[in-house]
Amino acid sequence: MIRGGILAALTIIFANFANAETLRLAVTTTFRNAGLADVLLPIARTDLGIEIEMIVVGTGQAIALGRAGDVDAILVHARAAEEAMVADGHATHRREIMYNDFVLIGPKADSAQVSSTQAAADAMRAIASSTSIFVSRGDDSGTHLRELMLWEKAGITQSARIVEWYKAVGAGMGTALNIASGLNAYVLSDRASWLTFHNKGNLELLFSDDPVLFNQYSFLPVSPTMHPYVHHNLALKFEAWLTSEKARILISNHRLNGMALFTYNAVR
Amino acid sequence: MSEIIEAIFEALRLVLSLDADLIEISLRSLKITLSAVVIASVIGLPMGAWLAVYNFRGRRSFIVVLNALMGLPPVVVGLFVYLVFSRTGPLGVLGLLFTPTVMILAQVFILVPLIASIAHQVMRDLWREYADLLSSLDASLWQKIGTLLRDGRHGLLTASLAGFGRGIGEVGAIMIVGGNIDHATRVLTTAITLETSRGHFALALGLGLVLVGLSLLVNILVHLVAHIREVEE
Repeated sequence: MIRGGILAALTIIFANFANAETLRLAVTTTFRNAGLADVLLPIARTDLGIEIEMIVVGTGQAIALGRAGDVDAILVHARAAEEAMVADGHATHRREIMYNDFVLIGPKADSAQVSSTQAAADAMRAIASSTSIFVSRGDDSGTHLRELMLWEKAGITQSARIVEWYKAVGAGMGTALNIASGLNAYVLSDRASWLTFHNKGNLELLFSDDPVLFNQYSFLPVSPTMHPYVHHNLALKFEAWLTSEKARILISNHRLNGMALFTYNAVR
Repeated sequence: MSEIIEAIFEALRLVLSLDADLIEISLRSLKITLSAVVIASVIGLPMGAWLAVYNFRGRRSFIVVLNALMGLPPVVVGLFVYLVFSRTGPLGVLGLLFTPTVMILAQVFILVPLIASIAHQVMRDLWREYADLLSSLDASLWQKIGTLLRDGRHGLLTASLAGFGRGIGEVGAIMIVGGNIDHATRVLTTAITLETSRGHFALALGLGLVLVGLSLLVNILVHLVAHIREVEE
């Protein structure tokens, strides 16, 4: 009986080796939570005849996975970190695919009065000066990096962001939104994640439409020179598909309650 | 309150409609944890018996360490296994990261100390009864271990089931090394984490009820089989 068990275990273990034609992507949480992955990937799989596996993480971790060669390509949104990855030779290039924007979410009562501010930096300053509770991703994700940039623009230093009102939760967008919903707090989110989130509670969108909130998503194939075992040809195939007319239509037509979640802007 | 009722209905709906994704995820959960339990039992049960029978210098310390490792944090195991199997790690060349194989391996690390510790406690009590007899028969070390394993099998079942209970509900390690890839490495616990992060609490709790039910079912089945065997003997 024990021998049979060992045999069964070994069979299970070695059955997992054959996965040659699989493209493995690390993608930002938005891509999945906004439902775009469900729209694009099944069609891409059929069109390209390959398996596509998706690991959903924050941009910081996606870039770390790419730099380690553990995935074949990444789809993320943090320009400076992306350019550094290309400069270091870990990615062959950076291709812009689509954009949406960041929005400031907060309690309907809006104790910090951010909805009456004119610029994102003013809104952040209003939150800090009223010491309204703010939930930060705190995970080096693209959204977190943008939030840090906004604090800097607002002149609110790290030491001024004290734990009494500034909660760095170290979690993905969905979890951060859940916590903000529970604490009735302010939080920075990308628009798509906010629109598709199901536990809004007493929160609503309070501030948006400042150019500084522009949010670009880019595709970066991992370098086969640095990491010889990556499936670079599959990454290029997928990139060609992702920038095709077909993908443009799919991305542009992906709507929620009539609102487009992303705007396609790949240069062909 | 309404959320909880909604969740129970969601769980019922998922189970009764034989939801294809739910079945796939549940089977994967079972496959990974059962494989890990079998492997960890093959290592842990004889180790427990060996520790009960064989006296060596440092045995006491070994047992203390083993007991302490019962509480090994899965997330630390996950991180360690990730670093070993990452492409930049020592075993990265195998390309096993983000596969069920490496998830089984991470769980084996978590389960061996637990199963071995419980097995050791069971075997130690049994050894008190058997020591004189087996020593007078001049049985070899392996004969002693074999006898203990055979006669203590019901207690050992508890050790393996405890391992199953810990493995099936574990999320920290398999999230890191498995990556929660849909149709590849997503299991019940990581699916619950995902649905919670999306704010789909009813679905998350529904999956949770399925997980609890599954765990109960396996325990009942194993006890039934053991009971039937006992009656037959």
